[in-house]
Amino acid sequence: MPGRSDAVWSGEGTTPDAIEAALRELLVEVHAENDNFVPARVLNMIAFVDREWSGEIANRLRGVGRYHASRTLVLAYEPRRERLDARVMIASDGAPGPGELALLHETVVVELGKRHLDDLLTIADPLVVTDLPTLLWSPHGHHEIVTELLALAQAVLVDSVEEPIAREALDRAWELTTQAYVVDLAWLRSTPWRERVAAMFDPVWLRRELRTITSMTVRHHPTSTVAAMLLAGWLASRLDWRASPLIASGEALVGDAHASRQHVALRLEAAPELQVPGLESLTLETASGMSLRLSRGAGGLRAHRRDERGAEREWTIPGASRGEQGVLGEGIRQALLRDPTYVPALEAARAMLP
Amino acid sequence: MAATAGQPTPQAVPENPLTAGLERLPVAPTTLVIFGATGDLARRKLLPALYNLAHEGALPERFHLVGVSRKEKEHDDYRAECEQAIRRFSRRKPDDSVLSSLLDNVKYVPGTFDDEAVYGELHTVLDEFEKEAGEPLNRAFYLSTAPSFFPVIVERLGSSQLAHHESGGEVRLIIEKPFGTTLEEARELNRRVLAIFDEAQIFRIDHYLGKETVQNMMAFRFANGMFEPLWNRNYIESVQITAAEDIGIGSRADYYDSSGALRDLIQNHMLQLLCHVAMEPPVNFTAEEVRNEKVKVLQAIPPPGVAEIGQMAVRAQYSAGHAGGEDVLGYLQEDGVPEGSITETYAALRLEVDNWRWAGVPFYLRTGKRLARKITEIAVTLKPVPHLAFSQEGSLGVQPNQLVLTLQPNEGVSLRLGAKIPGTRMSIRPVNMEFLYGTAFLSQSPEAYERLITDAMRGDATLFTRNDEVEAQWRICDPIVGSWSQTPGPLAQYEAGSQGPEEADGLLREGDTWRAI
Repeated sequence: MPGRSDAVWSGEGTTPDAIEAALRELLVEVHAENDNFVPARVLNMIAFVDREWSGEIANRLRGVGRYHASRTLVLAYEPRRERLDARVMIASDGAPGPGELALLHETVVVELGKRHLDDLLTIADPLVVTDLPTLLWSPHGHHEIVTELLALAQAVLVDSVEEPIAREALDRAWELTTQAYVVDLAWLRSTPWRERVAAMFDPVWLRRELRTITSMTVRHHPTSTVAAMLLAGWLASRLDWRASPLIASGEALVGDAHASRQHVALRLEAAPELQVPGLESLTLETASGMSLRLSRGAGGLRAHRRDERGAEREWTIPGASRGEQGVLGEGIRQALLRDPTYVPALEAARAMLP
Repeated sequence: MAATAGQPTPQAVPENPLTAGLERLPVAPTTLVIFGATGDLARRKLLPALYNLAHEGALPERFHLVGVSRKEKEHDDYRAECEQAIRRFSRRKPDDSVLSSLLDNVKYVPGTFDDEAVYGELHTVLDEFEKEAGEPLNRAFYLSTAPSFFPVIVERLGSSQLAHHESGGEVRLIIEKPFGTTLEEARELNRRVLAIFDEAQIFRIDHYLGKETVQNMMAFRFANGMFEPLWNRNYIESVQITAAEDIGIGSRADYYDSSGALRDLIQNHMLQLLCHVAMEPPVNFTAEEVRNEKVKVLQAIPPPGVAEIGQMAVRAQYSAGHAGGEDVLGYLQEDGVPEGSITETYAALRLEVDNWRWAGVPFYLRTGKRLARKITEIAVTLKPVPHLAFSQEGSLGVQPNQLVLTLQPNEGVSLRLGAKIPGTRMSIRPVNMEFLYGTAFLSQSPEAYERLITDAMRGDATLFTRNDEVEAQWRICDPIVGSWSQTPGPLAQYEAGSQGPEEADGLLREGDTWRAI
């Protein structure tokens, strides 16, 4: 009886029908060897990738651990390719213990060329599990292909910080929200920040301070302007601020938002000293003179609070970094959930575009 | 509701608009005090759970931990012990920097639980944390000690002015099982605890309720319209709840021999499972409504009279046998078990829920150590069809439908149906339609203690047992405990690694059978 399952099939000059038949046969074969192997049936993921970078994408997907989609269809694109080649792999996370089950994940890699693009839907459609939600990911651009494949998907995975121009990133994400549920990795990276800001203002005596915020400063990696804009957009949308376009001022974008009773000064500032992409700190000040700063630190976010009397306190809020693979895994998981706050945050962020 | 004339209008608490869309809701800043901080439960479960919450960023934004125990030691020594326990028992490899952040906020107070000075010192430590934070912190006292210490700790907390927070923070008391070993003890403990704390402050842990699959039972029953029409005496023949373990008592002879299978599992966990199967849909899922419905079920189970116990309860002990391919000792030969012990390692009950929905449906509960395998499941057997037109030769036993909810090890739901065997004849055999949680969700279930500690710090008592529930559970089990303690041994025996004692068959109504373990 095999411990860990790793069944493989490959075909050259093949067809979607043949690939689908191979998948079925491999599943029957694995199940017959050990009926403790059962196929996961949670989520399809379609990844449209440039073939030359497909190895890197495979590595990224391998790192997502238990958040692996139950069936991953990788469409590896090489413009001049004439023939449809495919590999099917069925693997388990580990060996089933006595009386226990082990989940199987299926990966189908289809190598295709420009001549196949007109019929792309007819290639992909038979290879996703019917009735499971499908997440679409195209990490190397190809917007027109994404638009076509959206017919098969309910959710689309993007990373808005990977677009070099903020306006294009936010406009693209906005356009996608009209067609599918958007999971934006740039948004997910800010989850711990949003959770902590929400928690710090949660005590009843501090909730009223939320309505008196007078300034917000976000420091970010120079390539992560969009992440900073989304965080600013989140606060603006949750607190009913009306944001105006920011203007460039040196290494920063500055501007104003209008809250019901006050103006809020906004400042998004590049932090060149930050070694990794993402956010470096968030500082909020209120009309009472209170200020709250969260910044990256070892072992969690470092919190600093100055109360209205000027007393200062600093402490660490424990939490582990998820790393880029953890964020990607979280993105896959989020395809099954619905966060109602992303679209309003995105809309507010677009209003801040210079 | 309109304000009453002449009374001040209470100022509305503003909503926190930032929590919308977040999966993890904020937990108020808290200091958690563990009494019995160096004990087995703290080391194996509580400290690893706290680390995992810290790792995921799920602890309150300000969190402090104070360990209280008899042994004299410095703060740093206790931190080193915490680190060791977390590294050994955490479900994930600890991140050094997160672990260090967590341990920075740990302190230790040594002393015996009846010593007033310990509580004075504890007060000082709690005040220091709050001074440092510049705000009142909620306080949660976790009693992870032997039950005999519960009353004295509670009373000392009361006399030291620690049961209520003078600066407005919430104070909560988390009590581990067992909550008494008899009805009388449970009542007395409730009386003493409730003399100091309000019921709303008390969180009695039954860690089964923190398991994702137990919570899923409510989703399964009340979020799916197809089951409710069948969920009553008209369609259900019997309900069987099994919590079987393949292991023996290990090194826990001291605890186990004074407890036994009935007290260890049936009085609390298994009766809670029964409540989840039999309860009416609550009006909403608030703690009070859910617990009100569970109490109604327990109140509908008549406690057995002395003469009935022999017909509705069976106990036994495992004898030497085989488990996992090895020879294993019988209970009486295990290290630390007193000679001639009459503590049961197996208990089975047949209970009735005397209400409109369930009258006449037997609920069979069984639990035991050293059984054939480890499984916890609830099997609901439906009544057979009124007329079977398919009794052809070649059918492999047409059986009534059975719905099985498995809690461990393979969490899921299975429905047994009759299906035609492929071929020219109308032959039927049972097949299973299976749903496995593991195949359908990407998320990993959190450990029960992670969920329960968070809920207690948030003040959500839905997954905790209320005082009247505890007493109602004891009211059912107390006559059996009393009768068994008066009845001399030796007890019936079952071979280790087997299905349990033959005597258990005597509980079954005609036509019913125990499911294979």
